[in-house]
Amino acid sequence: MRGALMYELVHAGTDALIGEIIGLAKDVATIQVYEDTTGIAPGEPVERTGAPLSVELGPGLLGTVYDGIQRPLEVIRNEMGDFIIRGASLPALDREKKYAFTPVAEPDEKAVPGTVIGTVSEGRFVHRILVPHGIEGAFTSVAGTGKYSITDEIAGVLTAGGNEVPVTMIRRWPVRVARPFAEKLKPEDPLITGQRIIDSFFPIVKGGTAAVPGPFGAGKTVVQHQLAKWSDADIIVYVGCGERGNELADVLRQFPALTDPRSGTPLMDRTVLIGNTSNMPVAAREASVYTGITIAEYYRDMGYDVALMADSTSRWAEAMREISGRLEEMPGEHGYPAYLASRLAGFYERAGKVRVRGPSGSKGSVSVIGAVSPPGGDFSEPVTQNTLRVVRVFWALDADLAHARHFPAINWLSSYSLYPDDVQEWWRDHVGEEWSAMRRTMLTILQKESELEEIVHLVGQDVLPEDDKLSLHVAEIIRESFLIQSAFDSVDTFCPPEKQYHMMRLITDYAGYGKEAIGKGKSVADIASLPVANRLARLGSVANDTFTEYFEETEREMASAFGQNTGGRT
Amino acid sequence: MTSPAREYTSVVRVSGPLMVVSGVGDAAYGEVVEVRLPDGEKRLGQVLESRTDIAVIQVFGGTQDLDTDITSVRFTGEPLRMVVSPEILGRIFDGSAAPADGGGAVIPGKIMDISGSPINPTARAFPEDCIETGISAIDGMNTLVRGQKLPIFSGAGLPHSSLAAQIARQARVLRDHEEFAIVFGAMGITNEEARFFLNEFEETGALGHAVVFINRADDPAIERIITPRLALTAAEYLAFDLGMHVLVILQDITAYCEALREVSAARDEVPARRGYPGYMYTDLASIFERAGRIHGRNGSITQLPIISMPDDDITHPVPDLTGYITEGQIVLSRDLHRKGIYPPIDVLPSLSRLMSGGIGEGKTREDHGGVSDQLYAAYAKGRRLESLVTVIGEEGLSESDRRYLEFAARFETTFTGQGAAGGRTVDETLDAAWDLLRLFPAEDLNRIDTALIEKYLRRESP
Repeated sequence: MRGALMYELVHAGTDALIGEIIGLAKDVATIQVYEDTTGIAPGEPVERTGAPLSVELGPGLLGTVYDGIQRPLEVIRNEMGDFIIRGASLPALDREKKYAFTPVAEPDEKAVPGTVIGTVSEGRFVHRILVPHGIEGAFTSVAGTGKYSITDEIAGVLTAGGNEVPVTMIRRWPVRVARPFAEKLKPEDPLITGQRIIDSFFPIVKGGTAAVPGPFGAGKTVVQHQLAKWSDADIIVYVGCGERGNELADVLRQFPALTDPRSGTPLMDRTVLIGNTSNMPVAAREASVYTGITIAEYYRDMGYDVALMADSTSRWAEAMREISGRLEEMPGEHGYPAYLASRLAGFYERAGKVRVRGPSGSKGSVSVIGAVSPPGGDFSEPVTQNTLRVVRVFWALDADLAHARHFPAINWLSSYSLYPDDVQEWWRDHVGEEWSAMRRTMLTILQKESELEEIVHLVGQDVLPEDDKLSLHVAEIIRESFLIQSAFDSVDTFCPPEKQYHMMRLITDYAGYGKEAIGKGKSVADIASLPVANRLARLGSVANDTFTEYFEETEREMASAFGQNTGGRT
Repeated sequence: MTSPAREYTSVVRVSGPLMVVSGVGDAAYGEVVEVRLPDGEKRLGQVLESRTDIAVIQVFGGTQDLDTDITSVRFTGEPLRMVVSPEILGRIFDGSAAPADGGGAVIPGKIMDISGSPINPTARAFPEDCIETGISAIDGMNTLVRGQKLPIFSGAGLPHSSLAAQIARQARVLRDHEEFAIVFGAMGITNEEARFFLNEFEETGALGHAVVFINRADDPAIERIITPRLALTAAEYLAFDLGMHVLVILQDITAYCEALREVSAARDEVPARRGYPGYMYTDLASIFERAGRIHGRNGSITQLPIISMPDDDITHPVPDLTGYITEGQIVLSRDLHRKGIYPPIDVLPSLSRLMSGGIGEGKTREDHGGVSDQLYAAYAKGRRLESLVTVIGEEGLSESDRRYLEFAARFETTFTGQGAAGGRTVDETLDAAWDLLRLFPAEDLNRIDTALIEKYLRRESP
């Protein structure tokens, strides 16, 4: 194999299985094969392609389900049946389909990477066709308005070197290389997910990174699904990396039927699914996260906010470990390769908010949310620890919460976000002044609860002073009615920021009234027995279009209840 | 793989379950070999590694009595396959699919590769038909659905076999009378356990629609690597070719993983945790992911694997990796077992991920989801208080807290501990739950819709 290149794509064996060169030593190349290698024997041919593992980029990605190396699973099913037979080689994008093209650029105009040649519509999205990487010069021709397939020439560019280069709508990009951009920007707009504990307590931004580690059964996948469904990114790339087949079936069942609350169109229309389930080949699992993030970057380059969910990065790391073990590399911690940390960091670093290349100067972002599946739920293992070093949000899932069916089982004491200061301006401008203050109040009460609980465990609740009992009482309300949020309740599954804000206000006001009442000699038992306390119990399921009324009424009732029964608020 | 059969006598090394044959230029990865011992006995093996001059082979029947002079190896040119036909129903095979019931060989209907092929995720139909097992802790709070893989996490001496047999006996799908079958794959189980299952199948008449593969504890350990694959190949045939609903019981996955570890150690592979190979997640997935339903096909495969947790440790690699692949788990508890509660299912760490799709109005009952959540919340609180009481005594508790304590105790004895005789319908299970929930004032039931509380709380159980 002399002359072969590192990471070059090859076809191995008589069945031409797709593989990639991952090691070279003189004239011996080590190839990882993306399919089951049963039946391959020494002496079979290997054919080089001369190109690295790449994905096809162009109109037609949205709404499609791919495997880890971007083979279209629905097309494969139509051609080969319900079971995946190896050796399938089908193009990722439909070559026949015609798209209505509207030119933007004009002949003689300057063409640099990122210049918009024209647009096609992909569902409700404007899919901008950009001048690809490496081409610079002037347009000699731009196709007129009309219907074109992705392989038709839509423009010609005369480069500085004097070559006339034809441009089509399809691009290829090597998955392991980050797509270039003009400049990284500081992300400061929250990615609104409609999940209270995330948006209000541990927010993530558009262009940010987050990790969701948790033992099995703690709800990693439900969290990821909720984010894929309800977050306000334009485009979602969902990578099912080494996970369950039925989970993908669940997404495929739900997403076409669910409507995006912002656009009113099916959620599937904004989604690209990469599904490499646990029983599909390991090497393709290793590639799947790169395939996903390259597609995410492609839409970012058009100026969209893209969110990528990778479930689970631990399976990706294990794929690396498995391949590294086969190569007999010297293992690092827990048998993982020594380059685990740099691979994880390299992946998360492809997230970010950027100013894209080209004269448009538009901004786009890729947010990355990775699930981590630590063995035995032990967060000290290498994948969790190396991930925590690079992500800025940590949603720690907790087995005890999950056992008590407190979902999402995100532990409010061990989780953190480094973005609250960045997003408080957004909350102030778009929702209300007091977000930061209320957030702090609520987190303080929860922190207080955990301290008090240790005392209660030793001596019981009776000996606590009334204001501490009040903290316990309010903390319970925060947990039960604010933090618990049912993904399966048709209303509660998505909680708009305004509603979150009002809920926070009701609860913090209640805490404030309670404190004053206690100052006036009332007991927590008196306060908890007020009928208005019950009104706080089911705030999440109040319909999203009528909550303002209900909440205002509760607020009035609270004021009068405390006024009449406890001496009022002065 | 279509190369013709070749025969070699050039065994150069035998080590543990592996043997190395030299001078083989074209052994295909995964190819089946037939090993002929000096005394004429034949054993099955498979190529694990093929280089230009040598082939490494794992011998399923074990390497005892092999030598390096006379032993000959025939490379068949085929992957591991098995013969299936409708007449496998009612048959008992050993761990490598040879008849073990005195009957003759299966007359070929179809020959299938035992490793199977992954189901295309887009072809999967999402499992949502509730299977009523008659066991309240499962039906009420961890509902099993058709096409699910739901393991039983158990420990030595716990009644997992009785539970699995009871589920096999009682399982039925609500409002449905389709053909169903049981496939039982046993890896490394004792003669007594094997006899228990066979008797159970025979007494209940289940044997007629069952296929049994048994690798006993004293059978070759390496054979365990193929036993579950044989069982699942049979299951796939029954489910997707014949359209039957198949319940697959695999016992014990821990014994399977130990066989995997033995082969891995013999190959000097870099181990992950506790000596188990780094690819064990992928390997287990290739077994568990063979459960499911397919759009446009009638049948389904539901898996009920049994995992014995060494030292009852749920973080041991075998239950841990299993839990990450399967759609939930049923966890048996030694504490409950000691209290004489049967089935000793600890609902708190138990989970059915596919439950929400299989329950509710039109499937089981409208109050199912809320009732289940409420039971969980109340029982978790009761258990927390139990540990508190040991420190501060019951006097330190409020009246409300005492209700939770009483609830937890009654929940274990009446709801979970329903006894071994017979089962409850889903309706009976939910009514039993409401009987317990009546301990609480209505405003404590914050996980159930208010309208449903109105409807069910005041209703007396029949």
